[in-house]
Amino acid sequence: MKEKEMELKEKKEAKPAAGEGTRPGPVFIPAVDILEDPTGITILADMPGVDGKNVDIDLRDNQLTIIGRIDPAEGEKEVSLHREFQWGDFFRQFTLSEVIDQNKITAKMDEGVLRLILPKVEKMKPQKIKVSAG
Amino acid sequence: MAIVRWQPGESSEFDRLRQEMDRLTNLLSWGTEPFFSRVYPALNMTEEGDNFLVRAELPGVKAEDLDISVVEGRLVIRGERKIGAEGKDTNYHRKEREAGFFRRTITLPTKVAADKVSAVMRNGILTVTLPKSEETKPRRIAVKSA
Repeated sequence: MKEKEMELKEKKEAKPAAGEGTRPGPVFIPAVDILEDPTGITILADMPGVDGKNVDIDLRDNQLTIIGRIDPAEGEKEVSLHREFQWGDFFRQFTLSEVIDQNKITAKMDEGVLRLILPKVEKMKPQKIKVSAG
Repeated sequence: MAIVRWQPGESSEFDRLRQEMDRLTNLLSWGTEPFFSRVYPALNMTEEGDNFLVRAELPGVKAEDLDISVVEGRLVIRGERKIGAEGKDTNYHRKEREAGFFRRTITLPTKVAADKVSAVMRNGILTVTLPKSEETKPRRIAVKSA
């Protein structure tokens, strides 16, 4: 297999209405992977600069909200010479179609990547249905 | 339109336009590099006292998968972003995150002390600290009275 070279993708800014707007500065939409297996849904979100303690996850009805707040990376005395990307918080919302077991949700931040595990409610797990020949 | 003799130094419309063009040219170029290089990862460069600081957003990239070097006045950042395989019962609803190799270079404004360059990964942000070389630092020259 040929080595895959990464391409630069510009950070997508969240629409002002979507963000909470309590802090100045831009708000970006994190890139996500959403995976599903029989036990639950896993969301992986790239939120560089966000510490674990600055992540808010909110699940209300079936609306999932992810907010990541960054700590300022640049010191106050630093003078900008060259800028290709903006610093900003992260915000993304999803509507979940599955019933999630709210008490078993786990979230972990590792190297700027959020791993959010949303286990399905036990009774929602798929059951094999036997088809009998008539 | 009236034809007016151009007099340098006088704040004419032409001077203002030329200044604006100079400003734009400076904004769009950093040495020989374009403002946006379109190469992953995007970089920011700042200056603080005797150091240049270069930062990149590299979520999920491990320190051991990065290779950073200073070659002839340029900073070279190479590495690989790996995304681990999930179980075989897993199906994807969305896949926006990418994995792969990257190699990026950026020209430094002045000479740096290559042996004192350090790099840190924290929460998916790479910070490279490049101390300016001794010879580029301003030197105060004492004036003796004869």
